[in-house]
Amino acid sequence: MSLKTMKKSTRSNLITFGIVIAFYLIVSLMSVMGMMTSSFAGQLVPICAYVVLAVSLNLTVGILGELSLGHAGFMSVGAFAGTLVYTLTFENTPLPVSILLSFLVGGAVAGIFGLLIGIPVLRLQGDYLAIVTLAFGEIIKNFMNALYLGYDSTGVHFSLKDSASMGLAPDGVVLINGAMGITGIKKASTFTMGIILILLTLVVILNLVNSRAGRAITAIRDNEIAAQSVGINITNYKLMAFIVSAVFAGMAGVLYALNFSSLVAKKFDYNTSILILVFVVLGGMGNIRGSVIAAALLTVLPELLRSMKDYRMLIYAIVLIVMMIFNQSPQIVSWRKKITAGFKAKRAAKKEKKEAA
Amino acid sequence: MQFLTYLINGISLGSVYALIALGYTMVYGIAKMLNFAHGDVIMIGSYVVFFAFGSFGLNPIVSVLLSMVVCTILGITIERVAYRPLRGAPSLAVLITAIGVSYLLQQVAQLLWKSDPKSFKSVVGLQPVSMFGGQLVISGETIVTIAACIVIMIALTLFINHTSTGHAMLAVSEDRGAAQLMGVNVNATISLTFAIGSALAAVAGALLCSSYPTLQPTTGAMPGIKAFVAAVFGGIGSIPGAFIGGILLGVIENLSKAYISTQLSDAIVFMVLIVVLLVKPTGLLGKKINVKV
Repeated sequence: MSLKTMKKSTRSNLITFGIVIAFYLIVSLMSVMGMMTSSFAGQLVPICAYVVLAVSLNLTVGILGELSLGHAGFMSVGAFAGTLVYTLTFENTPLPVSILLSFLVGGAVAGIFGLLIGIPVLRLQGDYLAIVTLAFGEIIKNFMNALYLGYDSTGVHFSLKDSASMGLAPDGVVLINGAMGITGIKKASTFTMGIILILLTLVVILNLVNSRAGRAITAIRDNEIAAQSVGINITNYKLMAFIVSAVFAGMAGVLYALNFSSLVAKKFDYNTSILILVFVVLGGMGNIRGSVIAAALLTVLPELLRSMKDYRMLIYAIVLIVMMIFNQSPQIVSWRKKITAGFKAKRAAKKEKKEAA
Repeated sequence: MQFLTYLINGISLGSVYALIALGYTMVYGIAKMLNFAHGDVIMIGSYVVFFAFGSFGLNPIVSVLLSMVVCTILGITIERVAYRPLRGAPSLAVLITAIGVSYLLQQVAQLLWKSDPKSFKSVVGLQPVSMFGGQLVISGETIVTIAACIVIMIALTLFINHTSTGHAMLAVSEDRGAAQLMGVNVNATISLTFAIGSALAAVAGALLCSSYPTLQPTTGAMPGIKAFVAAVFGGIGSIPGAFIGGILLGVIENLSKAYISTQLSDAIVFMVLIVVLLVKPTGLLGKKINVKV
């Protein structure tokens, strides 16, 4: 099948995959040729994690049309679950199996949390949903900050107070140490793993968006009552989008966590959720390829523009406001339509002239 | 007796939440939007008091009044520049803009005044009151906070129910289009709502920082979100609801800090929100609104 006869969505998806693969090849080439600076090399895995996070959040915000401010919460749950599995298994199982297992568990646990949160939350609408997801993110952060977990010969112990009150035997091992989190992680994430995760996320989410379910989800976004009246099961489809989004956020969390030697809950706070939201808004809500590019660019740019570091978040804030007003303000939208209509009319007039001549 | 101390401190904290929640609930009721930046207006107000009273040594009442003026101007400006162009846009767009404004205020504060915490000098000069032979000590801040909250609440209720401007606000919150047809200036009414909410935020900021004397650019964020929880708890759009919700939330937070866990008190507050929304999504005093097709 040639490029021209393809369905429009297929072609668009292939371009997205192409961009990711091209990025991978260029970076690999750079590292072979020794052109890579160490600060850029250190950014590669976080870039991949943020791309996955942005794409998965776009499913909730752009495709489903519900604002989630707790994406970092799912990332946190996934990161902790996955890292626990990894630290427990990597010594006595082959490394790839251990890593695969930690990704699966991280994604699954985040998905379960997505389900648990989604069932009550998705009954709410709009602003309420946003504030509850924010609350959920904060609950997760506080809870993980206070959680102590360990095991000894008698079994698993946990406490929400301090490590002493777990009552571990002297031979016990502390796994999660409250606000200190998990320490001594043997780094395992690689750039290749990150790219594979991005491709997997894209395959699943792009296919979901272009499927019957995806069309149902966009129908809910555009008009919930109309969608309901043609027999779309609103709760099920909302839940589906929400859970898929959570699963990939969890996996991105695992990827992110295994890139560092320690994991603390504080990293996954409200600011992280907002940062991911900025990627989604800047890339274009509902535009998956936009999320990929925006997340990658906005993670690399601050490193390149170090002198602008203090102003980074300030610029993001202004970008959020300006983008929203420019794209959504009724007056500006109609003004833009007028201008483009003017261009179109001119072009049509030119064409007519040509034909007449 | 210890329990009573926790309870009174909880009511004091709750009074601050109630004052902030008023701003949320009025704006939500009238402009139908969640003003995420409200918490950060509090922070800006507190900085104004900090400099006016702490650095320049102005009279505390003058400092708070100055802060109210600054916050009022700030609130009206935010509404005019960021929110008004989006009137009629999807609520998602408005919400994201509000988050942007909230971030903008925090970042500007960080650039201007750096992120290191400043120790805030209390604006309350009242001596602590000791009761039951010294077993129960109530600080001056607590008394002033609770008193200020009650006075403001009564004044606001009178204003809304007994003046024509107040009636205009009620009319806009009921049905914006119909109010406009009846000759109410909707834009002016919404601006006024933002002005009142922001002025109350300035008072709340001064009282909050007097009781919890550290001030940094993120100071307003958490109380802001919790006050929103309080507004939802009491029923968003309802002024007595904001009062009851605020007080209850403050008491819940302080008691869970004292008896359950300091670290988990925030989590407990947010769980209250989730439970409230599940059991009674309109809050304690809220009205149910049916969506018409």
